[in-house]
Amino acid sequence: MNNHMRLECEAISENEIFARNAVALFVLPLEPDLTELSDIKTAVSEAVTNCIVHAYGGQGGTIAIECSLEERTIHIKIADNGKGIADVEEAMQPFFTTLPGEERSGMGFTIMQTFMSDFKVESVLGKGTTVFMSKTIGAGKKENA
Amino acid sequence: MKITSRVAGEKLWLYLEGEMDECTVAEMRRAADGILDEHPLARQVVFNLAGVRFMDSTGIGFLIGRYKKIQRFGGKMYLENPNVSADKVLAVSGVYSLIPKL
Repeated sequence: MNNHMRLECEAISENEIFARNAVALFVLPLEPDLTELSDIKTAVSEAVTNCIVHAYGGQGGTIAIECSLEERTIHIKIADNGKGIADVEEAMQPFFTTLPGEERSGMGFTIMQTFMSDFKVESVLGKGTTVFMSKTIGAGKKENA
Repeated sequence: MKITSRVAGEKLWLYLEGEMDECTVAEMRRAADGILDEHPLARQVVFNLAGVRFMDSTGIGFLIGRYKKIQRFGGKMYLENPNVSADKVLAVSGVYSLIPKL
């Protein structure tokens, strides 16, 4: 099945639950199991949190979420126009955080990477960050399961 | 997000309910710290996660923050009954090496 959607929302934490559930509803036609659905919701929540907390520093801005379904795969793109990441490789390291005083785990990118089949970050300092993630539904299932 | 508690001797249980994310974490921190401050003599503090329907890495930051606080009080912190999704987030983050699951 092929489909596409795009939505924009304000970078406020109240929109996290909206964003992750909107993406979860969009992927439902692919009949994900509960683990796949919660993996997607968690990864989306991580990406949206990064936009709110890091890209815009809690000051608000626009988050653009674009999803497409291609056969059994959902592709998700989450973009902001915030401050960007100085060193993406460093930011991807487990436990790395630029806000050590705020009880941040530094596990956001690690979770996105672990929970999704494909994951990529593009960032330009002063312009913004875009996260690309994909997950193939049913990839881990046995034929007769 | 809601937190209730129960005490038995030196053991304190906190029952967390709701979705743990950036939106709910500040309220959760206030509520949990309020309960912990009322029970500085608790030696074992168990966070029951059965009612947590969703958790991302913001929840990990919250739990590690409470772990540090409980350690300062001289207590030990444990986790119990996370659902499958929360369990995966906790396991991937290595939280169980700091805060054991009962």
